[in-house]
Amino acid sequence: MNTSFQLHDFVGGIHPTDNKVQSTNTPISFAGIPSKLILPLTQHIGTQSKPLVSPGDTVLKGQLIAEAQGFISANLHAPTSGTISAIEARPVAHQSGLSDICIEITPDNNDTWVERTRITDYKKCDATQLINAIQAAGITGMGGAGFPSHVKVSADPAQINTLIINAAECEPYITSDDMLIQERAQDVISGIHVLAHILEPKNILIGIEDNKPKAADALIEAIEKDADTPDIQVVIIPTKYPSGGEKQLIQILTGKEVPAGGLPSELGIVCHNLGTAYAVHNAVIKGEPLISRITTITGNACAQPQNYEVLIGTPVEHLLNISNTDIEKTSRLVMGGPMMGFTLDQIQTPIIKASNCIIAATKQELPDPAMEQACIRCGMCTEVCPAQLLPQQLYWFSKSSNLEQAEAHNIADCIECGACSYVCPSNIPLVQYYRFAKGEIKQTNEDKKKSDRAKIRFETRLARQEREQAEKDAKRAARAEAAAKKQAEKKAAAAANPEGAVEKKIPTADLQLLQKKFDATKAAVAKSKDKIAALEASESPDTDKIELLKGALEKAQTKMKDAAKAMAEAKKAEKATSTANADKGDPNSPERLKNKLELAQSRLTTAQTRLDEAKAENSDKVAALETAVANQKQRVQDALKALDESIQQTNQQNTTEIKVDTEALKQKVLAAQTRVDKASERLNMAKEQNLETVGALQTGLEKQQAKLDEAKATLASATLEDAK
Amino acid sequence: MKLLNISSPHTTRALSTSNVMLNVLLALIPGIIALTYFFGPGHIIQIVIASSVAIACEALVMKARKRPILFYLKDYSALLTAVLLALSLPPYAPYWVTIVATGFAIIVGKHLYGGLGQNPFNPAMVGFALVLVSFPVPMTTSWSAPSELLATGISFSDALGFIFSSREGLDAITSATPLDAYKHQVALSTAQEIYQNPLFKGADQSSIVLAWQWVSAGFLLGGAYLLWKRIFTWHIPLSLLATLVLCSLIFGWDADSYVPTSLHLLAGATILGAFFIATDPVSASTTPLGKLIYGAGIGIFIYIIRTWGSYPDAVAFAVLLMNFAAPFIDQYTQPRTYGHAKPKRGLAAKD
Repeated sequence: MNTSFQLHDFVGGIHPTDNKVQSTNTPISFAGIPSKLILPLTQHIGTQSKPLVSPGDTVLKGQLIAEAQGFISANLHAPTSGTISAIEARPVAHQSGLSDICIEITPDNNDTWVERTRITDYKKCDATQLINAIQAAGITGMGGAGFPSHVKVSADPAQINTLIINAAECEPYITSDDMLIQERAQDVISGIHVLAHILEPKNILIGIEDNKPKAADALIEAIEKDADTPDIQVVIIPTKYPSGGEKQLIQILTGKEVPAGGLPSELGIVCHNLGTAYAVHNAVIKGEPLISRITTITGNACAQPQNYEVLIGTPVEHLLNISNTDIEKTSRLVMGGPMMGFTLDQIQTPIIKASNCIIAATKQELPDPAMEQACIRCGMCTEVCPAQLLPQQLYWFSKSSNLEQAEAHNIADCIECGACSYVCPSNIPLVQYYRFAKGEIKQTNEDKKKSDRAKIRFETRLARQEREQAEKDAKRAARAEAAAKKQAEKKAAAAANPEGAVEKKIPTADLQLLQKKFDATKAAVAKSKDKIAALEASESPDTDKIELLKGALEKAQTKMKDAAKAMAEAKKAEKATSTANADKGDPNSPERLKNKLELAQSRLTTAQTRLDEAKAENSDKVAALETAVANQKQRVQDALKALDESIQQTNQQNTTEIKVDTEALKQKVLAAQTRVDKASERLNMAKEQNLETVGALQTGLEKQQAKLDEAKATLASATLEDAK
Repeated sequence: MKLLNISSPHTTRALSTSNVMLNVLLALIPGIIALTYFFGPGHIIQIVIASSVAIACEALVMKARKRPILFYLKDYSALLTAVLLALSLPPYAPYWVTIVATGFAIIVGKHLYGGLGQNPFNPAMVGFALVLVSFPVPMTTSWSAPSELLATGISFSDALGFIFSSREGLDAITSATPLDAYKHQVALSTAQEIYQNPLFKGADQSSIVLAWQWVSAGFLLGGAYLLWKRIFTWHIPLSLLATLVLCSLIFGWDADSYVPTSLHLLAGATILGAFFIATDPVSASTTPLGKLIYGAGIGIFIYIIRTWGSYPDAVAFAVLLMNFAAPFIDQYTQPRTYGHAKPKRGLAAKD
């Protein structure tokens, strides 16, 4: 022991009754294999492990049954051999009291080991190998928080100068580290050596409170036995809660403070729990994964308080039974210490890797909390706060949900040690208030992030819409100006040329209307024909109905013809106007097409910008916008093509005369079509009535059909020529 | 048995708010004994009056606020307010002064602000200040001379008579307080001449202001007990006394023109104020540095008001003035939190 070690003190702290003697009189004994083992998949801080087994599988002791998912996660091994009997949600040891997925093993009581791989000489291994061994063994912090240990030992050795082993065990009742050291100090020291080999620290300090003199002596003795290994200093520190808090222990041993929101490694310090060092010894030297731990069973309801070596997953009920605990007398079942532990409301809850203590307390021992009185601002909480906060100010802010001020008063630095609640004369559950405020702050920050993102999105969209609107307005204004100019020009032209003013215009709409009418009548005709055909084909044709339908058909046909005629006329008229005044009504005029092209181009640009914005924002609309851009591109190309064609056509129209009157040809075709129709109709009728005229009509129809084909061919050639 | 499922910590220290209040009451006993020994049973009667009124008012307000009456009476905070107030008042002040002061202290000074823990001002001092400014005559002429200077002691029936009915014969036993007397005489006389006044001498000529010294010693003993019990910290009493001494040394070094330091410390309500009134946690500053500033502020105000003010004593006003400042002081004296480079100052900036 180094007596000249310079100790530092931390501010505040309390001296609760330590209640440790009860459980240190009996040596550690093995708790035995319970009838069921329940292994939660989340026993550590980080991602849940992934089960590798399914119900019905048989497993061996030490077999990997769930693997770590990602770096901050931990492996899980079968604590004994047996059968997987279930993988389902069970109540677990957690503050929330919620259930979580657990693997249940029914032991076969043979306790058959899986093949173990041990590292014979760790000194010949490099750090990576050892870290991998620690990671494979599923070791997590044994002090209570359960942070995966391989993450902590993966610190860069160049930056680490001090390795601190936390054996303070400052919480009342807990004696698991004390007894572990007393009985297995050599193994603990061996584990520390492995850790030291990985981290290569200049100093190795074991911090232990002065209420464990036997353990401290055992450590010193064990260190002295091992002469050739790095120097380990056992530092005996004054008993004061919470000296075992990582931050407080670092302050006591080094005088340095871990920066707010930072890690000890920033100070060149790595801090491990003593139990973790023991687990590292088991993993590396013995090749045994973390499948058991030392747990204290104590409390006044417990007849034989002592420490047990417990398989991970052992239900608390089993421990209560073997320690002769009177569950009827137990009013509060605490996992962990009385200061920071949490209550269990179900005795089936399993022991996990971080469970260092079970307190079965009677009502006299841990009485129900007294009624909360008014805060008299006595400031006793301020005196004991090891984080040097103002607990009563935080209380007021938490109580009134004044989260902003609570944050400004560093509520985030609260380690929830409970010293403030312990001394509060008004029985205010202060830590509970802080937990509430911390939760609220977390939620608010998440919400704020979300709403900030939404705000940026909204503002960007608004800006884009405004810009687009402005562009549109500008274009509209330009168009209006152009139109006004044209109007003026036309007026001038009209004044110069009065005949031009009486030009008859056929609006495109009319033509379209006619087309629609024609289509409708055509459809009606087709329908009537179908109906007649159907009726005639049936077994008992209703002649009256057929007659009626025929009448209707005739009428429809007349209508169709009228429509066709009207349409032809309209088209003719339109053509006349369009040739006279190409840019007026023709939708294919170069001017229009040009506008179309411009429009399409501008749309393409907008779509492109939108796509870029979306890409920048990483929005999920990217895919949709990409399609839109592709579509717009296609449209621009189409428009370009159409424009080119149109320009060519116009040029041709301007240079060559129209050789054939296509309109007249079209009319001819229509007339021919009508005749063919009529002929075929008559033929059909004749056929139906089995008249002798069928043959003659057949010939007539063929003739008419030939004529129609001829007319069509002429028309087609004419149109073709026209197009050139 | 149903297992209790609650948040940590699971163990607490057996020191309740009522325990705190009882300890303070206990610590007042030596002072009360000294007061009664030297000034007759006046203070005892005042304590009884004030306590009854305070408990009645507290119960009344709790009933009006629909709170469990007994639960709140059992925190003894009203009782403590009453006792402190009774000890501040002149021992032979008429009963109605005490009733008005106590009623005002409990109803207005404490409960109109929200009750225990919410009152920004020390309720006892609120009540005291009210009667001091409202009824100056009974408040300045009801102080008795120490019993050594009286031909016959004050009997209990006399005391009852003075307080409840006839004020006749009161003149025979009253005198100015030493602080007041010195302040008024120092304008005309030297320190040596003032000390000739029997008020400043014990009957046996052994020491100055003997009676008041003993009273102060009694309260000092109680204060030391509370410090030992860690009911409050040393910050406020020490900085108050140190500042007062410093002020009187700097400004009042000349005993021929100013009240000397010894009188400041021992002849008035300084010790009672420093250990029992300024340390009222509810209305005081709560941060370690804040407590030092708060105590120093009271010390300075006591000196200023005693020296240049027209009141017989200054503790009440000094405490009330610093009560105003306590929340502000707290905001600017936050301790440096673990892991932070420097302490925060003030409330969070509103954006």
